[in-house]
Amino acid sequence: MKHKNILLTVAFFLVAFLLPLFVKAPYQLHILILIFIWAIIGTSWNLLGGYAGQVSFGHAAFFGLGAYSAGLLTLHYGISPWWGMALGPVVAALASLPIGVICFRLRGPYFALAMLALGEIFRIVFLNIASFTNGAKGILIMPAITSKELYYYIGLLALAVTLLTTYAIVHSKIGYYLVSIREDQDAATSLGIPTTLYKNLALLPSAFFTGLAGALYMNYVAFIDPNIVFNLTNISVMAILVVMLGGVATTWGPTVGAALYIVLGELFRTTLGSANVLVFGVLVCLIIMFLPNGIVGELDLIKRMVTRKKTSLSGGV
Amino acid sequence: MLEVKNLDVYHGWVQALRGVSFNVSKGEIVAIIGANGAGKSTLLGALAGLYRPQKGEILLKGKPVAGKPPEYMVRQGVSLAPERREIFNTLTVLDNLLLGAYHRYRAGKKEVIMDIEKTLELFPALKGREDHPAGTLSGGLQQMLAIGRGLMARPGLLLLDEPSTGLAPLVVREIMSTLANLKKTGVTIILVEQNTVAALKVAGRALVMERGQIVLSGSAKEIMGNPGVQQAYLGRTRMA
Ligand SMILES: Nc1ncnc2c1ncn2[C@@H]1O[C@H](COP(=O)(O)OP(=O)(O)OP(=O)(O)O)[C@@H](O)[C@H]1O
Ligand SMILES: [Mg+2]
Repeated sequence: MKHKNILLTVAFFLVAFLLPLFVKAPYQLHILILIFIWAIIGTSWNLLGGYAGQVSFGHAAFFGLGAYSAGLLTLHYGISPWWGMALGPVVAALASLPIGVICFRLRGPYFALAMLALGEIFRIVFLNIASFTNGAKGILIMPAITSKELYYYIGLLALAVTLLTTYAIVHSKIGYYLVSIREDQDAATSLGIPTTLYKNLALLPSAFFTGLAGALYMNYVAFIDPNIVFNLTNISVMAILVVMLGGVATTWGPTVGAALYIVLGELFRTTLGSANVLVFGVLVCLIIMFLPNGIVGELDLIKRMVTRKKTSLSGGV
Repeated sequence: MLEVKNLDVYHGWVQALRGVSFNVSKGEIVAIIGANGAGKSTLLGALAGLYRPQKGEILLKGKPVAGKPPEYMVRQGVSLAPERREIFNTLTVLDNLLLGAYHRYRAGKKEVIMDIEKTLELFPALKGREDHPAGTLSGGLQQMLAIGRGLMARPGLLLLDEPSTGLAPLVVREIMSTLANLKKTGVTIILVEQNTVAALKVAGRALVMERGQIVLSGSAKEIMGNPGVQQAYLGRTRMA
């Protein structure tokens, strides 16, 4: 089982690495780059929400901070937004420290709501300190590079680093502490596990990589405004949905969910016109109803549905 | 080893403990009985560091520990197997046990592995199920796991909150005899139970709580023979 997973992982990255040799159409590369960005967001969210069970409705805060770190560098100092790829994640991670200290005083739905409010606060603040952020006008940069291949490889590298880091955390002792907090925080506390510390240890990389996705987005799309990058439904809620579609607390779930979200979203947008959001919403509901553990979480069920045979209950990918 | 003096604990506005005082000597099993809402779980929670007392003292081996956090209490050798078991369902039996040894990771792998073996000796029914997800175990095994997980901290004082709830009489008997064995190894046990008969059989002493106070205390025999206790708790208890 272990070897199979390693093989699959190597195969995935090999295929992804060679793909631009065959896929050259800008539109298709564009889709793949968006998938990478969303896979990074989902994988980051999953570490905190999936493994540690701390459901955040405010990850747009970290995405937006990453994006604005890159954008503001260029706007104010004329520094290449590529440096934002280094600065953005750090800013998001630093911001997560006080956020964790405050929000982890709350549990369950109260934590979720506090994070939701936080994301909105960032949006409103960035709209209103226009002298610094350009407010609703947003930030437009002239991208130095237009080659989609380059963005593709940077996105792939960023996703690889995100996946490897979260995998390493989840499969270390910390991963077990995080799951114990998700399963029963009171029990974890009474065993002497410092739960607040570990929640913060999950939030920190989660914010870091979400910030990385934000900085990449700024570089790639070249335009941001607070209503785009601090958006509650399009960023914070979609981050959760992507993970739920693919499989909560699985390694590959968020990536699979991101692919599904982007591909289906594009498909519906081009074929269904303004009904696309409705159809997409219904589809999401159906998947969550019939595959409550997401695509990756229900691989065995899916296999059985396809082959109509009973397969043994093996662990998820 | 434990002295509790005049303990007051509040949950918000609700006063759950009112001037609770008692002593426990090393190697004793002390049963705490009382109706729902009497404050039994609150008392154990206060001893485990989960609730901060507003007033009073807790002395552990002479050291004042009232208001210290649970991490500290675990390091001092106080371990709680909470009400409703609260095991980690998706984690395996082995991982549940390892998490119980949280503060002893630095003690070295060998020691922890030895403790796991000891725990499994104590609860042979768990043997062979080390890699089963804890949530798939029967209620009795889950309870054994909860106690075993508590033991992995190598406690000097083990706090058990209603371990017999929802279990068949045979399983209750098995767990109670394990507690008697544990006592022989020098572990001090405070046992909160609704199953008064089973608790009084294994305990040497007992405390009766009502509305946040200790209203009666004595040897298990005395408590068993007390007419008030017989009427209030023994009459209604299922025989185990
Ligand atoms: N977290 C809490 N918040 C508010 N009140 C609480 C809380 N926990 C317990 N209480 C109240 O404190 C009192 C004592 O509760 P406690 O759980 O200690 O009783 P108990 O003797 O363990 O009862 P049971 O036999 O039902 O387990 C009750 O009145 C209860 O309603
Ligand atoms: Mg109770």
